[in-house]
Order: sequence, then structure tokens, then C-alpha cells
Amino acid sequence: MGPILKMVAQRLALGLLTLFIVSLIIFLSVEMLPGDITEAILGQGATPETVAAFRRELGLDVPAHLRYLAWLGDIAQGDLGRSLASKRDIAELIGGRLMNTLFLASFAAIIAVPLAVTLGLLAALYRNSWFDRGINLVTLSSISFPEFFIAYALIFLFAVQWDWFPSIVNVNSDTPFWERVYRCILPAVTLTMVTTAHMMRMTRAAIINLMASPYIEMASLKGLTRSRIIVRHALPNALSPIINVIAINLAYLVVGVVLVEVVFVYPGLGQLMIDSVSKRDIPVVQAACLIFAVTYILLNLLADILSILSNPRLLHPR
Amino acid sequence: MATAAQNSLKLLGRSPWSARFGMLVILIYVATALGAPLIAPYGETEIVGIEYEPWNAVYPLGTDSLGRDMLSRIIYGARNTVGVAFATTMLAFLIGSIAGLLAATLRGWADQVLSRVVDVMMAIPPLVFALLILTIVGTNLINMILVIAVLDSTRVFRLTRAVAMNVVVMDFVEAARLRGEGLWWIMRREILPNISAPLAAEFGLRFCFVFLTISALSFLGLGLQPPTADWGSMVRDNATLISYGDITPVIPAAAIALLTVAINFVVDWFLHETSGLKE
Amino acid sequence: MTTRDELSLLRSMGQIDRRGLIKGAAALGAVGAAERMFGGSAFAATPKKGGALKVAIGAGSTSDTFDPATFTDSYMQFVGFGCMRNCLTEIDNSGKLVGELAESWNATPDAKTWTFKIRKGVTFHNGKALTTEDVIDSINHHRGPDSKSPAKPLLAPITTLKADGDSVVMTLESGNADLPYLLSDYHIAIMPSKGDGTVDWQSGTGTGGYVVKKFEPGVRAYLERNPSYWKSGRAHFDSIEVLSIVDVAARTNALTTGEIHLMDRCDLKTVHLLQRNKKVNIFEVTGSQHYTFPMITTQAPFDNNDVRMALKLAVDREEMVKKVLRGHGMVGNDTPIAPSTSFYVELEQRAYDPEKAKFHLKKGGAEGLTIDLSAADAAFAGAVDAAVLYKEHAAKAGITINVVREPNDGYWSNVWMKKPWGACYWGGRPTADWMFSTAYEAGVAWNDTFWDNKKFNQLLVAARVELDEAKRTELYKDMQLIVRDEGGVVVPMFANYVGASSDDLTHDKMAGNWDLDGMKASERWWFA
Repeated sequence: MGPILKMVAQRLALGLLTLFIVSLIIFLSVEMLPGDITEAILGQGATPETVAAFRRELGLDVPAHLRYLAWLGDIAQGDLGRSLASKRDIAELIGGRLMNTLFLASFAAIIAVPLAVTLGLLAALYRNSWFDRGINLVTLSSISFPEFFIAYALIFLFAVQWDWFPSIVNVNSDTPFWERVYRCILPAVTLTMVTTAHMMRMTRAAIINLMASPYIEMASLKGLTRSRIIVRHALPNALSPIINVIAINLAYLVVGVVLVEVVFVYPGLGQLMIDSVSKRDIPVVQAACLIFAVTYILLNLLADILSILSNPRLLHPR
Repeated sequence: MATAAQNSLKLLGRSPWSARFGMLVILIYVATALGAPLIAPYGETEIVGIEYEPWNAVYPLGTDSLGRDMLSRIIYGARNTVGVAFATTMLAFLIGSIAGLLAATLRGWADQVLSRVVDVMMAIPPLVFALLILTIVGTNLINMILVIAVLDSTRVFRLTRAVAMNVVVMDFVEAARLRGEGLWWIMRREILPNISAPLAAEFGLRFCFVFLTISALSFLGLGLQPPTADWGSMVRDNATLISYGDITPVIPAAAIALLTVAINFVVDWFLHETSGLKE
Repeated sequence: MTTRDELSLLRSMGQIDRRGLIKGAAALGAVGAAERMFGGSAFAATPKKGGALKVAIGAGSTSDTFDPATFTDSYMQFVGFGCMRNCLTEIDNSGKLVGELAESWNATPDAKTWTFKIRKGVTFHNGKALTTEDVIDSINHHRGPDSKSPAKPLLAPITTLKADGDSVVMTLESGNADLPYLLSDYHIAIMPSKGDGTVDWQSGTGTGGYVVKKFEPGVRAYLERNPSYWKSGRAHFDSIEVLSIVDVAARTNALTTGEIHLMDRCDLKTVHLLQRNKKVNIFEVTGSQHYTFPMITTQAPFDNNDVRMALKLAVDREEMVKKVLRGHGMVGNDTPIAPSTSFYVELEQRAYDPEKAKFHLKKGGAEGLTIDLSAADAAFAGAVDAAVLYKEHAAKAGITINVVREPNDGYWSNVWMKKPWGACYWGGRPTADWMFSTAYEAGVAWNDTFWDNKKFNQLLVAARVELDEAKRTELYKDMQLIVRDEGGVVVPMFANYVGASSDDLTHDKMAGNWDLDGMKASERWWFA
């Protein structure tokens, strides 16, 4: 385990560096965007005079590098700062939304990951059969449709036509757990449909890729059943790419679901992020981006650790 | 040369129906894309009738919100969308797989540098990244292809690196190293053939993700420039109709889906052939 | 979705009869808001109390606050102006100006000094009684060097503001008969003073019909009825939940599945399909909200009036109304003055005439003209489609238009008044003077064509002081002609406000000064 711990420590240190660079990139990009928060908020009502007054009030007349350093100083002490637009504490602003985002992501992942891996194994097991082709056809078609389109279609069928589920999520912090699960079913199914195909196909491909290996042939010569060969011999060695694609999809579930949030009116982080970008509310964009980055870095690290554990050769490189 | 052609023909002869179907569909799409002006009944941007005409003999798929012929838009859409998606995916794979192979083969600091750069890029949500960059540099076709390709290449990089890592530690790679083979040779001749299967599978999916990205960007108001017909934006423009059970928006989406399925059927076949399984 | 409703209400005040206005609190100038109903909602005679209303507004952002100086879109207008607070004056559902927190008012004959008598016995949600200090501080919130309020330029003429007994006296630098109209603006809401010259906007306390209980910016606001609301026969719902649902399909689905009772801004592409739903009423108000394509007239080729004229002739307005508004509007005539606006004069309607456009191009030496037209759906719903239509129409006149789709993000700060030719919208229903002095007078902040026409400017000043109605009409007619024939703006269409509600919701005649019954559906509507 020694090398792994060392790697974890290394990667966490690098992770901090990554976060720093991400925050710098985001800060610079938002600064480079045409227009600033005062113009974005005042919109067409902006006059040079009111914009100048607003900038003074928000402290935007301070040079950019000083504002960045001040922000960095705060963040080092764990203070996310306050939103420029609403003056609210960002930790408080983001907290509830982060929980919502994580809730929906876990909900979708709990359905999608086991489903995708199972389907991928079955497809590999019965490859080139009608079952394989059918599964491929269904999952491929489902990811070919944009997510907002799938969402509209599900709403049309299950909310408008049959009235089984609500068309908008509309939950708040007081909503009981099962009520929340019920109201989140349609978005979770949408996300499942969007992510399953990718993971399922990678599972299938990774396993088929190994099926011609000598040790698999040896196993089949020994007379083991195909399902046993796949689960016991092929799967462990195919884990690395599978874990990687799962990590990418989990990250996507946390980070990339803006459109699903919009269509189901779900108050998640993605929506907050897009809003804040368009309002040029830099501290909020920064905070949200850092949360996304942390999620990504941790998932990534986890995937790498699992990959290494699944391949002893990587564990002891020559 | 002749034998190569014969081999390909033989290969084709052995191909399963799904792959043949896939190739046929791809051929039709390519032909449509190339011959759009000849096939389409009307011009790409020509306003020919009133808005939202139902399907009829004159406009086989009806008209869109401005009264442009849907069928013609979809035919021209093949040209714009497939071209853009192909260019973007190729570029993404070129960047991503080379970088990934380099990282896996060289390991050490090269791997560290490349992986950390990619980490930083992937740590920023792609849609937000695209939104930021496209808002700064402006949304023209070239910018869009570049931005999507670079964002996609990070995913390709990760996959390439991950699968190549498993191959790099194999004995035959070690043997090649000891033989004194060059880096490029090892990457191309020893590693690439052994990781082509997952890469091909990824290619089939990445290709269709480009459509989705374009569509998502047009949801945020950043798609291809109008009045160019592209399927991603067409899905977006007509998506609200589906709330009333109108299937017009399904057509461009189905066009994307059919192509995705076709490409992936071919990819599956390729996967099967390269796996060396003879069943 | 849009970030520019800003001053529209200020420009949306109905007709103003100057001499009548100066005299007092009486109802003045009728706003000719034509209201059309379909879907068959009956006007119930007597309002009924009760029920929990759920509303979806197609705007709202996580950056929203209770500060009225930052209200930018219809979400905070509905919550802040429609539910939480009151202004000094109000435009009622027939378009008349009535007193709200001001019981009555009068002015000196030169309209320079105004005295507003503050209503007695009004309390804020926290129990504090309304005083002149609250009024003064609330207005000062928008004045002064540190103000960032879009209402600032409109209150700028006020030189002194002081209390006199139970009245507030305002002195203007020059006469302005429109002042009482101005004070009904949604920005200039009355909030409780903190006693140090500033106001407490943070708590959301107001004198309005509903008390805010929960507020999640960009998501929802939950309000309960103010049990001691001073207006009788207003604010009928027990509670109101206002959701921000920006995606129009999501908003419509929420209505058809019964998640909400009321929504604004229907998708015009599909409103005819929505209308088939028996449980939904569509309401529509024809105002003078208009969609424009302003050209920056100080830049080539738009400094050439022949080019401007050619472009005005090269658009098929009928088709635009039909395809972009799906018939929910009327054709424009290159002036911002709608039939319902004061001093509107019917001028000959400009028609689509590619041949005449070619003639003007030749005359102006601009044959083979190729120009960019910037558009984004942030400018108005369907702006990109409208630009594409324009391109097709202009092609027949030998003009090549390259449609440039700009990002919605930052449209008003990066494109509007920056790119030479773009799409824009103006809401509300101004008086002729109001509209012209907001966006057409040389040098004003929102003159989005940078137009500077000496004759027009002179006429505008002359008309302000002219008291003879006939002469004044003549002056405004001349101005409209000049704008139509020499101005830098193409006004292809006027757009209706189209919204929808569930069939159990009912209301009296609807106001036309703003969407959702003048943003007051919260206090004027009730469950049948």
C-alpha cells in the first residue's frame, strides 16, 4: 500500500495546484468577457454614471490582480466570500444547491452505473446476438438525442399525457425525502438515459478486447462457462477503462447537467453557475468552479487508485 | 495493393448484416452531404411556404417555423452537421490520442505535465468552458470546431492514457524498448494496435457527442450561425413542439440517432475483427 | 431571459393631459389598451378570497435582490412591485393614473413644484406606520452620486425634496407634467426608512398586499397575504408562490400539468396548440411594446439616409408579424409611436418594395450593399428568426445581409449600441414626448441610433412647451414623419403580451401598461 499512499499524497498536493490554476483561468476568463457585472445587472438601463457608481460600490474600481489576491487570501482561510450581485454569503448560497446537485447525481448514478455495467457484461456475453444488437440500438439511440430533448419527451409522456410524475421538480429544503425522490424521477431517468450508453459500451468493448487473450482462451479450454470467464477472468482485467469511463460520467452527472436543471426547473449548481457567468458575478463563478474541480479531482483520483489496485503491474512499475 | 483490396473485399464479404447496414447508412449520409444541392427540392435558406405546414406532397416533411422546407433543411443539415462533427472528432482524436500515447509511453515528468494540464481543463465544466471561450472569441465555425475538439480531446487523452498504461507494462513493449526502437515506432506499432478497440468504441460515441454539444450550445444561444441548417440547432428550434406530441423535432434528432447507430455498428464489427475472436 | 425591461414602465405611461394632470389626483388620460380574450374566461363580478396561487415567470436570476434599484426583469417586478410594495401612484386596470400611497397631489401652474399628500393609516408589514420620511428616503435611494438605479436619470430633474406636514414637496429644475406618472414606476417603490437617510430594502418589508416569507433568488419566492392591507377589495389570495421558470416549454408544461396557475410569455410558436387545452385560458394585451432594428447612424453606411431608407423598404413587415409573432401583434411603421400612444398620427403605412429599395440604393451610391445584422434571442423572442427573414427579404432588393447570431449572454452591454446594426426591443406604452426624449433626442443615454436631427430636436423642445392641442398634434405629426423617413430605426412590428392561466383563475378587465395585468395580477385576480 505504500506506493499508493504516496501517490494519493502527491495527487492531493497536485490537486491543490490544479485548483489554483483553475481559479486563475476562471478569473481571467470572466475578466476577459466583454462587459462586467454592473452592465450585466443594469442591462439596457445602464448609463455611464450609474455604472460608475455601481462599480465603486462593488469595489470593481480596484485593479483586477489586487481583487484576485484578496479573493485568494479569503479562500485560503476557507471564506468563499460574498456574491457581488446579491451580497449573500456564498457558502450559504451554494450549500443548498450543492446538496440538490449531489442528490440528483447520486440518484441517477445509483440507477445508471449498475445498469450500464450489467448491460455491458450481458452484451459482451451474448455479443453479436439479437440481444446485443438490441441493447446497442436502444442505448445508442437514447444518447443520440440531446438531453433536453429526452427530457421534453419524458415530460410529454409521463407528465402531460399520463400524469404519473410532475413536470417540474419544485422541491425546497422542507420537502420530505421520498417526496423528493418521487419528484426527481424524471430528471434522474433522463440522466440515466444520457449516461448509460457510454458506460455500457465501454464495458462491452473492454471485455471483448480481452476475450482473445491467451489466458481467456486457456480458461475456455478448461471448460469454464462463458459467463464465468467474463465475470471472473475478463472483468477484473478490464476494470481500468471501465472505472475511468464511470468516473467521467459521474463527474458529468455533478457538473454537466445544466440543461436538465433548466428543463425540470431544478435548483442545482449548474443553473447557478450559468446565471453567475452571465451576470459576471466572479466570486460565485469561482466558488462553483472550485466545487466542480474538487469533485472532478477526487473522482479522478479514486478512479486512478482503483485502476492501479486492479492491475498489479501498475502497482509495481519497473 | 491488389491483395489489400482483395482482403478488404473478403473482409466485407464476411461482415455481419449490422455492419453492412451501418456502412450503407454512412454511404447514404456521405452521398447526401456531398450532393445536397442536387437532391434537395428547395434551397437551404429559401422560404418556400407558410410556417409549420403539415406533411404533404409538396413539402414531404412539412415546413419549419419560418416556412422553409424541412426536408431540404435536413439534407443540407447533413452536409453542415456531419462535416463539422467529423472534423471536430478527428481533430479531438488526433490531439487526444497522441498526447495520451506520449504520456503513457514516456511516463515520468511528461506524463505528469500532460496529465495535469488535462486535469485542469477537465476540472472546468465543459459547457461553462465552451460558454466562456466562445463568448470571448466569438462563435464562428472554426472557433466552434476548435473549442469542442480541444475539450473533447481531454476525454480522449484520459482514455488513451488509461488503456495504453496497461499495454505499456506488457513484455512485448519492454522487448521493443530493449531492442532500441524509437518512441514513435513503439507508440504506433506496439501500443496503438493494442488499444485501437476501446479507442474505436470511443470514436463512435464522441462523434455523436459533438452533435449533442452543438445542440446544447444552441440551447444557450451559441450554436452555428443562422441560417445554416444544422441538426443540433434544428432539434433545439423545434423542441417545444414535442410537448404537444408533434414529431417534427424528432426528425433531425432521428437523423443523428440513425447515423450514431450506423457508425457504432461498424465500430462493433471492427472491434470484433481486431479482437481476433473467430466466432 | 431578457434583461431589459428596465425603464420600459417609465416609458409606458398612457396619455397625459397636461393641464388636467396639474390640477389634481383625478383620473387622467385613458390608455387605449385593446384587450383581447380567447379561451373564454368569464369576468366574475365579485372577487372571492382564498386559495394558494402559483405563478411561473419567464425571468429571474440567482443574482436577484430586494433592492428595487437592481430590478431588471419581470420576475422581481412581479414579486417586488406586484406583491410586496406600493408606489406613490398607480396606473389602474383601465389605464388611469390613480393615487396609491399618495392620496392626492397638486402642482404649481408651471409644473415645477409638486406636493404629494401621503396616505394616512398605512402601515408596513412590520407594523411601522408610513411617514413622509419613508417616502423621501425611498426616492432618494435612486438619486445622488452613489445611485446605480436605472430610475436615476428620470428623477434627476428633482432639485429639492422635503416634507411639509403630511405631504412631500418636490421641486423640479424645469416643469414636468409627467411627474406623477413617473412615480408609479416599479423602481420607485416606498420602503421603510432606517432613520439615517437610507432605506431598509434588505428585509423586503413594504406596504403591499403580500408579505414575503421565503425567498430563494432565481428559484422561488413565497408570500402570504398581508392581513392588514390598506387597500380594500385587493389581494385575494391566501398565499402566492412565484417560481422562476425561464424555459418556456417547462413553463407551459407546468401549467398544463397543473403545477402552476399562471404564466407569462407564452411560446408564440405553439400558443395555437396550447389554446386547444380546455383547462387553459390564453390572455393577450395589445400594447406598444415594439421590436426594432436600430442602426448606428454615425457610422457608414448608415450615415447615408438612402441606405436607411432602402433597408426600411426591404423588409416584409406582414410576413414578420405572421412568422415571428405568429400574428400576435401588428406591423410597425418605423416610428415607436403606437396607436394607443398620445399624439399618434396615422401615417401612410410603409410597404415592402424591393424595387424602390433598389432605387434608393442606386441614388445613395450603395448598390451591392453587404452588411452585418446582429441578433440574439435576448433582444426579443424570435429575433434571430426575424433577422433571417430580413435577410431573405432584403436579398430581393439586392442587399446582402449577413445574420450574426450574438451570444444571449451580455447582449445588452456588448452588442446593443455597440454593433452598427442589431436587434432590440422597447416595452411599454410611452407618451410621444416620453418615447422621443428617451431614445430619439440627440445625446440622451438610450438614443440607440445616435441620431441627431436638428429639426427633430427643435420640434421636440417646442412641443413640450406648446399648450395648444392642435398645434401640438401638428408638431408631433411632423416629428413622427421625420423619424419614419429619416430616423435610424427600422420598426417592423409591435408585439402583444401573451400569457396563460388555468381556467379557475379569474379577473376583471386587464391593464395594458404592463404584462400580467400591469404586474398586479397578484392583487387584482382571484380564484373563481
